[in-house]
Amino acid sequence: MAAHIGSTQRPKSLMISFLIIAIMVAGGTAAAMVLRNPIHCILALTVSFAGIAALYLKLGAQFVGFTQIMVYVGAVAILAVFAIMMTQSRRIPVAGIFSRNASVGLFTASAVFAVLGWAILSQPGNGPAVQNTSVSVQQIGGSLMHEYVLPLEIVGLLLTAALIGAVVIAMDRKEDAE
Amino acid sequence: MLGEGIIKGLAETARNFFGSYLTKERLTTVQYPEERLPQNEAFRNFPFLVFDGADSEAGLRCVSCHICEKECPPKCIFIEKSKDKKPDAVGKPQFYPVVFDIDVSVCMSCQICVEVCPFDAIKMDVEYDYPTEDRFAALLFNKHQLAKSNDYYHQIHPTEASAVDAALAAERESAAAKAAATAAAAAKTAAAKVSAESRAVKASPDSAVESITEPPLSGGDGL
Amino acid sequence: MTQTVDQIFVLGKHWLLEYVPIAAKPIVSAVLSVIPIMVAFPLLFAITTWLERKGLGRMQNRLGPNRTGPMGLWQPIADGIKSLTKEDIVPLTADHVVHFLAPLLLVAAAFLAYAVLPVGRNMVLVNLDAGVLFFFAVGSVVELAVFMAGWSSRSKYSLLGAMRAIAQMISYEVPLVLATVAVIMQSGTLSTVEIVERQAGYTGLLPHWYVFTPWGILGFILFMIAATAESNRSPFDLPEGESEIIAGYYIEYSGFKFALFFLGEYLGMFATSGIAITLFLGGWSAPLSVLTFIPSWIWFFAKLLVLICIFIWIRGTLPRLRMDQLMSFAWEFILPMALINMFVAGVWHFMASGFVRWIACATLVIVPCVVLSALLKRKKKLQLRTYSFAE
Repeated sequence: MAAHIGSTQRPKSLMISFLIIAIMVAGGTAAAMVLRNPIHCILALTVSFAGIAALYLKLGAQFVGFTQIMVYVGAVAILAVFAIMMTQSRRIPVAGIFSRNASVGLFTASAVFAVLGWAILSQPGNGPAVQNTSVSVQQIGGSLMHEYVLPLEIVGLLLTAALIGAVVIAMDRKEDAE
Repeated sequence: MLGEGIIKGLAETARNFFGSYLTKERLTTVQYPEERLPQNEAFRNFPFLVFDGADSEAGLRCVSCHICEKECPPKCIFIEKSKDKKPDAVGKPQFYPVVFDIDVSVCMSCQICVEVCPFDAIKMDVEYDYPTEDRFAALLFNKHQLAKSNDYYHQIHPTEASAVDAALAAERESAAAKAAATAAAAAKTAAAKVSAESRAVKASPDSAVESITEPPLSGGDGL
Repeated sequence: MTQTVDQIFVLGKHWLLEYVPIAAKPIVSAVLSVIPIMVAFPLLFAITTWLERKGLGRMQNRLGPNRTGPMGLWQPIADGIKSLTKEDIVPLTADHVVHFLAPLLLVAAAFLAYAVLPVGRNMVLVNLDAGVLFFFAVGSVVELAVFMAGWSSRSKYSLLGAMRAIAQMISYEVPLVLATVAVIMQSGTLSTVEIVERQAGYTGLLPHWYVFTPWGILGFILFMIAATAESNRSPFDLPEGESEIIAGYYIEYSGFKFALFFLGEYLGMFATSGIAITLFLGGWSAPLSVLTFIPSWIWFFAKLLVLICIFIWIRGTLPRLRMDQLMSFAWEFILPMALINMFVAGVWHFMASGFVRWIACATLVIVPCVVLSALLKRKKKLQLRTYSFAE
């Protein structure tokens, strides 16, 4: 079931499920812009991440979809909430749903949406339909090891550096305490 | 060896698990209330009144002296003395308690009432199983609930009961011996008085008085 | 005949689907596949609570529950009724929306994990190409649910418990995945169905299970340790130990929400055991080639029960690990061993099959184990205590 941009032959079930996921993504992001409590904002953003993962799965990219959940929902969201809690725990508001600058947030979100939408829609997208080839995990692994081995190694180096940096920072504090 | 402690621990719990089906030492649960743990003799819980013989009214040892009521620390004993007297085990007329209430929700089983009772009338029971839904009236034991026979006392505290019985018997014997001694002494003085009187009468020529006033001396061991 | 019994659920589902109109067939097929999972695994949860209480009791020289029904068999029902009828207390300052959603998210994530578990031959809910990855993705959603539960209660105990739980889960997720990578390397696929099929052959009497290889044994042990830590089970249950932090991140939950947390934790335990069975113990295949007449789903649940009994056994034996011991164990022993395990799996793959391969790989497994554990023991040399008093 390929989704052709610009084609008029879309199965109805596909439209409905896409609509639901789109509402989830857009609504989650909009909520993240207007909510008062930063933790609520991050949880709304997590809903949006999950929606994006669902979109990946609909496009048949299983690996990317599950990695999106594992990395974004399972790690980035937790990282963000930890960051907020460690630094802002005293200033987290308890009452009230919408933040004071909700309108500004909403305006910014819609502005970005408008720009991106204009950029996408002004593409010559009515060309031949893209055949939805499902890429298997073997192909991803193979290309990572053959064509994209340099970016892989660089990313690995970067992550190792970050890990070592975190350990060094934590260790320094322990020595100071002694 | 690596992991030795863990493996030994796992072996121990496995032995516990399978042993609990096979041997009694591994499964130490006592399923109350069907099974109960045996208690030793010195266990005590709430007092009771001892009566000798079969009749709980007639054989009750308590003479309503109020000593236990005065000595009870939380004041859980309430006694009402009778107006009349009834004979006790040796026949001596004693008072008896018309009302003898112990509030076991207050009683702390300190045994002070037992220690101060001069008549061995109140002793410690071993019953701990008094579940009830009535918090106040059901836990106020009256005389009839408290009176239990001496045989029951022998059952729950054998050595103590035998000691108490021996002491009581010894007391009664010494009391009886004293009574006999006093009776004998009284009879002796009475006989001496009588013989003196008879000798005085003998001086006067009256043989009829002689024959009358010389009763045979009987032994002093009457009653 | 054995074939029919083996495929009895599949045949039953196809028979039921014949009575359904074609338009509704996909939805009804999905529902018919999901309902047995939603019935079987909570039932297994009930049986496990009973088994745990009786088993722990016997290991501790006492009877477990024995008054509710014969041998205490109705105890799970009594527990269920109790948790349903308890008052649902929510703290006044708690974040009501997040507080409500946290147990739901936990249970939903736990149930999702069963979608890729091949319970029997042809009996998997959805044969995903990246099944193992899906499983771990869903597992990382559990951490978010734990955080939501701990933070929304607005209580210091629950927040502390949640932080500890998340730290523990993240630390042990890495060795969990690395132990799996060794299996994926050997079988060449991420799909759980194919991993089981690779292990379903027999040489003579013995099966081709991955646990019967040096890297498989080590990988299985590492996976089980990490799985125990992932589901917050003893000896890794510091975040929820009752004598430590009372209930950790679900301290402010009562009634049915508490039961949902319990359910989610046990379902997570079953799911990780199921994946361990799929990856290392050959899934639904029989241990000996003469025993293949017994249906495949019976083998899966038998292996699952054995693993659950091992979990209970370990819970009854080992004392709780302290937080720093837990973390140092994860990062200084389990993680290096998992990396070495990956290396050994690679060596196994490229050496010719035979005795030499066994010896080489076994040495490569045992020597680092011994060395690392000696290092770990040496680090914990007790020092002379110095006290500093306030002047």
